[in-house]
Amino acid sequence: MTSRAAFVLRRVLLTLPVLWVMSVFVFLIIRLVPGDPVRTMLGFRATAANVAEVRRRLHLDEPLLQQYVRWVGDLLHGDLGQDLVSRAPLSEQLAQRLPVTLELTTLSMTLAVLVGVPLGVRAAVGGRWTRRLTDGFVVLGISVPDFWLGIMLVLLFAGTLTVLPPSGYLPFTTDPVQNLRYMTLPVLTLATAETAYLLRTTRGAMESVLQRPYVTYLRAKGLSPRRIVAGHALKNAAPTVVTVIGIQVGVLLGGAIVVEQLFALPGVGRMIVTAINQRNYPTVQAGVLVIAAMFVLVSLVTDLVVGWLDPRVSDGAGA
Amino acid sequence: MTAALALCDLRVRFPVGDGLVSAVDGVSLRVEPGEIVGLVGESGCGKSTLAAAVMGLLPPSTSVTGSVRVAGDEVVGLDDRRLRAMRGDRVSMVVQDPSTSLDPIWSVGDQVAETIRAHRRVGRRQARALATQLMTDVGIPAAASRYDDPPHRLSGGMRQRIVIAAALANEPSLLIADEPTTALDVTIQAQILGLIRRLRDDRGTAVLLITHDLGVVAQVCDRVAVMYAGQLVEVAGAQELFDHPRHPYTRALLGALPSATARGERLAVIPGQVPDLAHQPRGCRFAARCPLRTDVCEQAPVPEPVGASMAACWHVDQPLPLLGGAR
Amino acid sequence: MSTVERTATGARPRPRTTPDVGAALLAVLVLAALAAPLLAPHDPEAVQSARVLGSPSASYPFGSDVLGRDVLSRVLYALRVSLTVAVSAVGVATLVAVPLGLLAGYAGGWVDSLISRPLDMLLVLPALLLAISLIAILGPGSVVAALAIAVIYLPILARVMRSSTLVVTRNEYVVVARARGAGHLRVMARHVLPNAIGPVAVQASVLTGFALQLEAALSFLGLGTQPPTPSLGGMLADGRDVLTQAPWVEVFPGLAIAVAVIAFTLLGDGLRRSLDPTGVAS
Repeated sequence: MTSRAAFVLRRVLLTLPVLWVMSVFVFLIIRLVPGDPVRTMLGFRATAANVAEVRRRLHLDEPLLQQYVRWVGDLLHGDLGQDLVSRAPLSEQLAQRLPVTLELTTLSMTLAVLVGVPLGVRAAVGGRWTRRLTDGFVVLGISVPDFWLGIMLVLLFAGTLTVLPPSGYLPFTTDPVQNLRYMTLPVLTLATAETAYLLRTTRGAMESVLQRPYVTYLRAKGLSPRRIVAGHALKNAAPTVVTVIGIQVGVLLGGAIVVEQLFALPGVGRMIVTAINQRNYPTVQAGVLVIAAMFVLVSLVTDLVVGWLDPRVSDGAGA
Repeated sequence: MTAALALCDLRVRFPVGDGLVSAVDGVSLRVEPGEIVGLVGESGCGKSTLAAAVMGLLPPSTSVTGSVRVAGDEVVGLDDRRLRAMRGDRVSMVVQDPSTSLDPIWSVGDQVAETIRAHRRVGRRQARALATQLMTDVGIPAAASRYDDPPHRLSGGMRQRIVIAAALANEPSLLIADEPTTALDVTIQAQILGLIRRLRDDRGTAVLLITHDLGVVAQVCDRVAVMYAGQLVEVAGAQELFDHPRHPYTRALLGALPSATARGERLAVIPGQVPDLAHQPRGCRFAARCPLRTDVCEQAPVPEPVGASMAACWHVDQPLPLLGGAR
Repeated sequence: MSTVERTATGARPRPRTTPDVGAALLAVLVLAALAAPLLAPHDPEAVQSARVLGSPSASYPFGSDVLGRDVLSRVLYALRVSLTVAVSAVGVATLVAVPLGLLAGYAGGWVDSLISRPLDMLLVLPALLLAISLIAILGPGSVVAALAIAVIYLPILARVMRSSTLVVTRNEYVVVARARGAGHLRVMARHVLPNAIGPVAVQASVLTGFALQLEAALSFLGLGTQPPTPSLGGMLADGRDVLTQAPWVEVFPGLAIAVAVIAFTLLGDGLRRSLDPTGVAS
């Protein structure tokens, strides 16, 4: 087996314990509720018979281990349980809501990468004024709460200029243009802080690479500054930037919860918040599980990409 | 014959605070084609600054005056574009630590090929073939199969061979080797020095070998220039220098060396300190540490040329009374 | 080159002024929050039907909200709550993280694994998702929000403390202290802790700013501080529907959050320069 294949295998196997811990945590959400979770869910008006029926339906009357085995078994068959209120299968609900969250986070991260990374490279090689401007943008971008930024964007684009809808959603498959109009403000909201963060990361990584001794040697070989930056510095900064992008996907998935609420987007995040307020625990579990699983998947992909970009990582030589 | 490198009254000054500090002060030196000249001195004496000046790698705020001619062409005052065209083509450099001087992500072969393509219109495939040949020439076994390896899969000695292969890629007139073996094991050191000599023999490349290790000088150099506090104090043929050192500083260096041919020995500790660059004495810079010091040393010594050799001292060839006992 | 540097030490670059700006900004905010009962022109919870969505005026500088409550007074009181939640969340996290990180870094080996592995598991979920899950279990409220934020930041702070300890433990004075016969506890408390705490202080300062932002986000979702207690996030949620008629209801609470986060960030940057020159915390 080549060292690269061994690296991929090792990294894939490493996600198994992570998935296990995640499943236990999500499984426990409903079981850790203080007092009687079913009582909490149904409220005080529920009859004893009603409570007993729900408890049986959720298998909460069985031994804990048996519950867990059953729950994981159902998961592996794609059965995420039922909504407590509507009794609809949660897998169907997620199938509708996940694309919204995916579209929101993917567009936001794409925008942040397309703007933040090139600006970070420019800032790393730029003069004092470039540095001051980017410093200012970074502090503001990271400090301004994204949901407030979203509100201000609504005020500007939907309130004053009335060029974009303040909230709402249409599926891309129904009307692509309307879909993108609905998505513009949420994506801008989510992408701004991310852009600032990626700008700072890229700038820092580039600056640190450009101080390495081999850059002097590259100059001694007669390479132009452009080639040193584009051919060498960027390639060496890329693993750091990709690692940070992977971590930041987690931040975006969290931020999406708030932004979906703000713009009334029917995504998984909004589903979770609504479910928490309704004490609809099975739905909370399903939503948390799906987002957490996406995060684990993204971390895996990130690490594989980093291993592919930097042979020292896949050789286990330490970068 | 045109010298591979001709320095004439080279001065390098860095701005520090309000003033300028001289790191290289009035150095004149010639390196003929096919010659290996050692530039020896303690750390901080200005030898690496001198190398950077020849390569045009000093920061723009540095003041460089005098003349640096590489194969007859003036380097001082060239614009960036022309400097770039010269670097890696007519003069190239091998630096101290091959583990930090190679890009860790690029394959070693591509780093050799890159130097070729930076200066010549050569296709990708042809550059690969040329680079593989160069890797074979510098003694990398199975070069074709090593081409795509990243640097960390090669040993330190092999990495230094890659650096040398890249430096030789465009058949430069001059190779500057700045402490090329300091970071390597003793046995690997000997191999790399042997390689440098063989390449000189085969290709006629002139080499300026910068080192603080007299053992290295003894192994490969034809001539030696000894540098102290930014100035050359003695220049002589290698054999001549080891047999009859004339400057007290050279003699102090050699006197403390158990055997002039021993490998891997570092320079001896000489009592006193190298003078602060910002506060150089007006007269002889070595005077404060010199056992032969007299009143005349208050004035700068006039270099006394003997053929191609030179020693800048008022008391050349006088016996050293306190050598060894001065500790 | 070292000679050149030595002669240059007389002209060290002047320290930048941002730490002072951060500290000053923070002092103003903390004083304003502490003195909220004195500064607030009105009762933050007093409902006035005559003042519904009143625009900013001399006696209502930030205007009034959907229920006619004074926005300035509510911002001042909300700042109290937000600062309290943020500071206590990070405080609790730091109090737990420092001993854990110290022990993990100092002892190493299986002790390190025993402490570090479970903490790493907390990083498996995205931070906000973990906080929301904890709130889902325990029910909404500012205390639970603070606790959830503390749980998120615990592994981060413990990691910083651990790596900082690893650096310090290698120092000679630690070895010397051990050789003199000092016990492990004494060495950790007297020699390692004071020298390793700097980067944690830097990180804690930056995290307090983000904790404030996080508390506001949770309250905005209705999962943090519960009404009628004024909270910055809650105010933003309340004003969402009247945004275009009464933008002041949204502008000022958001500005307060942004300014507070900037203050903590600048303070952290300043502390970094003096307490963590090698950059362990980043």
